[in-house]
Amino acid sequence: MSRSAYADLLNLLAGIALVAAVLTLWRRKLIAIVRLLAVQGAAVAAVGILIGIDNDSATEIVLASGALVLKAVVIPLVLLRVVRRGSETRETEPLVNVSASLVAAALLITIAFATTRAVVSLSDSPEAGVIPIGFAIVLVGFFALATRRKAPAQLVGFLLFENGVALVAVLAAAGVSSVVELGVSLDVLLAVLVLQVLTARMQDQFDSLDLDHLQELRD
Amino acid sequence: MLLLLVLLPVVPAAAAAIFGWRRWVGWLGVAASGLVVVGGGALAVHVLDDGPATFESLLRADALSAFMVIIVGSVAVLASWFSVPYLETELVNDLNSHRRATVYAFLINLFIATLVLAVLADNIGVMWVAIEGTTIASAFLVGHRRTRNSLEASWKYVILGSVGIVLAFLGTVLVAYAAANTAGGGAEPSLSWTALTEIAPRLDPDVMRVAVVLLFLGYGTKAGLAPMHTWLPDAYNQAPAPISALSSGALLPVAFYAIFRMRVIADLSIGPDFARVLLIVAGLLSLAVAASLLIAQRDYMRLLAYSSIEHMGIVALAAAIGTPIAMSAALLHLFAHGIGKSVAFFGSGEIALSDDSTRIADVRGLATRRPAIAVPFGLALLGLLGLPPFALFATEIAITRAGFSEGLGWIMAIAAILVLVIFGSVLLHAKQMLLGTPDEGVRGVETGKGFAGPLILGLAAFAALGISIWPIQHLLHEAARTLVT
Repeated sequence: MSRSAYADLLNLLAGIALVAAVLTLWRRKLIAIVRLLAVQGAAVAAVGILIGIDNDSATEIVLASGALVLKAVVIPLVLLRVVRRGSETRETEPLVNVSASLVAAALLITIAFATTRAVVSLSDSPEAGVIPIGFAIVLVGFFALATRRKAPAQLVGFLLFENGVALVAVLAAAGVSSVVELGVSLDVLLAVLVLQVLTARMQDQFDSLDLDHLQELRD
Repeated sequence: MLLLLVLLPVVPAAAAAIFGWRRWVGWLGVAASGLVVVGGGALAVHVLDDGPATFESLLRADALSAFMVIIVGSVAVLASWFSVPYLETELVNDLNSHRRATVYAFLINLFIATLVLAVLADNIGVMWVAIEGTTIASAFLVGHRRTRNSLEASWKYVILGSVGIVLAFLGTVLVAYAAANTAGGGAEPSLSWTALTEIAPRLDPDVMRVAVVLLFLGYGTKAGLAPMHTWLPDAYNQAPAPISALSSGALLPVAFYAIFRMRVIADLSIGPDFARVLLIVAGLLSLAVAASLLIAQRDYMRLLAYSSIEHMGIVALAAAIGTPIAMSAALLHLFAHGIGKSVAFFGSGEIALSDDSTRIADVRGLATRRPAIAVPFGLALLGLLGLPPFALFATEIAITRAGFSEGLGWIMAIAAILVLVIFGSVLLHAKQMLLGTPDEGVRGVETGKGFAGPLILGLAAFAALGISIWPIQHLLHEAARTLVT
């Protein structure tokens, strides 16, 4: 594969991941939001596979394929279960409305590119050039997490955010050993399962997945 | 040896999983934690004589790790011990099911194991995995009581803790990236502390600045530093008292341990001022948040939580000063605060069971009604306020003096004013609870059996640390030296 085709493909996959993140701010249906998360997870994992192929590293390809199964299949299925068992189907009133959210996303993407200039200029590899997109996903995901008011939507926001970090990790990760990568994936999966149990309890206790119920503890 | 220390708490966890909650499973947990302390002591002797110990390329212990193992183990002994009568009281009074007690006994020991792993990891990636593991292991412990409020607290705890730790991972990745692209190259890309400290002066400072901010935000969240502290009062208000004690006394120090270590690398790479400013801002902000929310505090569990935020603010300021004396004081402060705060949480946990309320206004005349709790609880509070003979008196004086001699006099003066405000507020609230006219009898459940042991042991240890630190003085000195560039 020629260098420029490789770089284009990296940019394309990362771009898909970023567009998926932004689209979650636009869609209201929780099932649609979960599907977008699956698309994003697949794109992020595909970047890992592509880099593995480019490096001729079987370990990297295997690990990235594991991430593909986890991010594009297992975690979205867990979330679909949460949505189906819950009584909410839509993110009705996020704290920031859709058009303002999209403007905010544009702003966050600009900030991501501005703050990572030093990171990009440190290395002239094609991977380093894509790192700002990873940071943009981190910020957009964090925004989704902070402004959504239904538990599944907040959970998706957290995972978008985490996918952004995972993208930066595969792009920049020289030296992050496979033990650490496995540990990280396992930790994220466990955190999602913990949150899934908590949403199930929330459904039992409040008969709803609206996070507005979680405002009783205060000084 | 190192691996054994990490695996010790797994034994009672496995016992809980196989046999379910039994009294002896609880005692096994206490014994395992006790062995962690003993092992930490043996490790300290070994490290001081022969230098750092390693296991494969994953675990490594120097004086600082040994000291941290002792902190974690000591608080774990107290928390596991208090858990035995705590769970028994809950079961006898039908406040909780046997199944939940089993889950509790399983998770608390995993929680302890992840804490030990975090301070023994040589690789900052492994340390990250362990600290993330602490959140997962303790999430259901915070939600142990299964009420609406405890659900709210555990949701916030997991979301905020995970966001923080994922940010720290992003920072870790950037450190690895900077290490792989060092000027001059040639360095084997690695995330081991030793390797990173060696190449730190050659890491790209601009990338390290971004990395340090992310790491500080991430581990600062776990360390309860303002403005990332918001999970902490809710969690400590809802979690069972031994879990709050373990979190306050062992988890917050472990998060600080990560900050301390990263700080060494940051200073070597970008100079001392960058991390210093971050630590001063977070330290003063934590003190200010604690002071403003303690003045009119109505809940005594939250009072203890804000007091923890206060003490983490003090430790952040000590780290900002960064001299050997300040770092020794910071480490001792973490240790003494952990022990003292555990006693205070145990006292308040027993009060919460017997009076069935965590509101300050609902608890009156404790000194006449329940002197067996009131005396240790009151003494621990006085110690936490920094009165002699308890150790926090000495450490706060040492930190202030170190601050003045490093030219941070103004910062120390502001901090002293905030600490005085906190002192007055806590004293007034404590007076309400301890004195005042007792109202009619016990509303909650009968307590008292078996609770006294960990309270007295903790209080004795808290006082002993204040009277003399000679057994650990050399270790403390060496541990602080690893943190000074």
